[in-house]
Amino acid sequence: MSKTMAQKIWDQHVVASHEGEPDLLYVDLHLVHEVTSPQAFESLRLNGRKVRRPELTVATMDHNVPTRGGREAADEVSQRQMAALEENCRREGIRLYGIGSSRQGIVHVIGPELGLTQPGLLIVCGDSHTSTHGAFGALAFGIGTSEVEHVLATQCLRQRPPKDMAVTIEGELPVGVTAKDVALGIISRTGVDGGRGHVIEYRGSAIRGLSMEGRMTVCNMTIECGARAGMVAPDETTFAYLKGRPNAPTDNLWEEAVANWRTITTDPGAAFDSEVSLEAAELEPYVTWGTNPGQAVSITSRVPEPSNESDLRALTYMALEPGTAIEAISLDRVFIGSCTNARLEDLRSAASIVSGRTVHPKIRAMVVPGSASIKRLAEAEGLDAIFKDAGFEWREAGCSMCLGMNPDILGPGERCASTSNRNFEGRQGRGGRTHLVSPPMAAAAAIAGHLVDVRELLKSPSPSGGGSGWGP
Amino acid sequence: MDAFKRVNGILAPLDRANVDTDQIIPKQFLKRIERSGYGPFLFYDWRRGGDFILDKPEYRGATFLVTGPNFGCGSSREHAPWSLLDAGFRAVIAPSFADIFKSNSFRCGLLPVELPETAIRQLVDLAQEQPGTRIMVDLESQRISVDSNSLPRSAGESGWELTFTVDPFYRECLINGWDEIALTLKQEAAIVNYEADRSASLPLVR
Repeated sequence: MSKTMAQKIWDQHVVASHEGEPDLLYVDLHLVHEVTSPQAFESLRLNGRKVRRPELTVATMDHNVPTRGGREAADEVSQRQMAALEENCRREGIRLYGIGSSRQGIVHVIGPELGLTQPGLLIVCGDSHTSTHGAFGALAFGIGTSEVEHVLATQCLRQRPPKDMAVTIEGELPVGVTAKDVALGIISRTGVDGGRGHVIEYRGSAIRGLSMEGRMTVCNMTIECGARAGMVAPDETTFAYLKGRPNAPTDNLWEEAVANWRTITTDPGAAFDSEVSLEAAELEPYVTWGTNPGQAVSITSRVPEPSNESDLRALTYMALEPGTAIEAISLDRVFIGSCTNARLEDLRSAASIVSGRTVHPKIRAMVVPGSASIKRLAEAEGLDAIFKDAGFEWREAGCSMCLGMNPDILGPGERCASTSNRNFEGRQGRGGRTHLVSPPMAAAAAIAGHLVDVRELLKSPSPSGGGSGWGP
Repeated sequence: MDAFKRVNGILAPLDRANVDTDQIIPKQFLKRIERSGYGPFLFYDWRRGGDFILDKPEYRGATFLVTGPNFGCGSSREHAPWSLLDAGFRAVIAPSFADIFKSNSFRCGLLPVELPETAIRQLVDLAQEQPGTRIMVDLESQRISVDSNSLPRSAGESGWELTFTVDPFYRECLINGWDEIALTLKQEAAIVNYEADRSASLPLVR
């Protein structure tokens, strides 16, 4: 019988299947961070249980960590949470990339970077953006703390099979349209719950044409349309990214692994429960105007008329009038970072816009690399100097202002162009107003002082000559 | 986890769609390492804004929340159902729930009840028009009944009943207050077999 890629991976991980019960699935890789794990470790200890496979669990600190040099926790409660992760990992023998580690970073950035994320694996983490890892053809989804405890104790998880959705995008992305715009374009069409209960497989030439970084951005945002996971079939781009990574197979094991990874594709004729198709040429640089990621429109359009109570509420919160040109929306802050858009390619594309230009005097702008490794690589090629010379703050790795758990937050009423994934009320700070955009759109907004069409900047060469060569 | 068989209590309305977990419990409260004590922080920012419907005295001590579609979307934080439980809620009734929120709720003892939009509308209207309305949620028979004294006359004298369906496995777990980990540990032999048989073509992460 023809199967989808998701069904194949699912079937390979079924430990037990009993009539009327969810399947018991084996977890290959369990990623852990400081915020959703302490209660799981505590409960494990109270019940006298051990971690079954500590070598299949990898931990980092990202959500709550400060991003200023020195990296002292902002308060005692934060400090206690980070100390708890250190202690739990030490006691259970779990690898931890904590503050000060050369490999510390956002959990969904370091998994792929370390070659831990591989095709065909079943990967979970107590974080909704675990969908990111599906970019490699892994089945990866977010779980809650009770499930974190379940995986620690049993290396298994009980789940009902998802439905399958295909999202196909054919053609070449227009200049100035990035993977982030692909994601926002999709969510604006499906709505924030259009994917509920599904695993989405992204297909088509526009997806195949994306780098691994771009595929991670698209899969990362999959949770924002309510889907459980997003996936892209592994191909030469995937293998080239993985080869030589610290945890990737080596020598003849590499050849064997690649041969196996090539089988992780959807069979011809396999049925999807639902399908969405788009032409790449339809996509534009998008900006969210409301308080969920589905409320996105093209940079060239206007704030829409509200069509329901939710829209009205969103407009009130965002202090926007219907009919206002999106480009006329003035900003206070710009944030380039998060598990969606803080990889080297994202920083390069933003830097190519910033190069030789200056951040608008009223804007406070910051760049927070996704990991300590990315920060080093970016510094080695001088990206930090480009950002700092333009007036950006250049920080240490972490989740930072994506969710504002650490001191990086918006003040009440402040308006921010952000490369992160959620524009919920208060997400970046109580009363803060978030407009989700791509890294080059965020960079362009920092310079203009308002939301602006990056394609206009791409037409005129940057003062330093560095800004004209950048494409999708 | 507390067992859930039949629970009776006040129904409170929150007539909004796509209520995300950042609204249910804002991030500044996720720094704590405890599992309890999140009740005072439930809907913190909305409450601080003043004039929030759940702060009306008639809804004090409410046990059930009836709300709009896609409740609990966004972050996977289990602190969201923990804060609802800690504030006294035992079930949330909505047209649909975000997948991770629903899964978290089952596992920590908060019952997610899905009903069609029309039934939700009736419950929201009832709770708003007659604040303090009490309902009974019976997980064993999968029925919600509304006390006939709370009903408008047009509903007749027999009261009002709604039926719902819950995943049979999690229904059993909730009714019995079972520990899911203990159930899985009973399958130790299957897990050991899986680990032993695991195809060499599926490399374990080293």
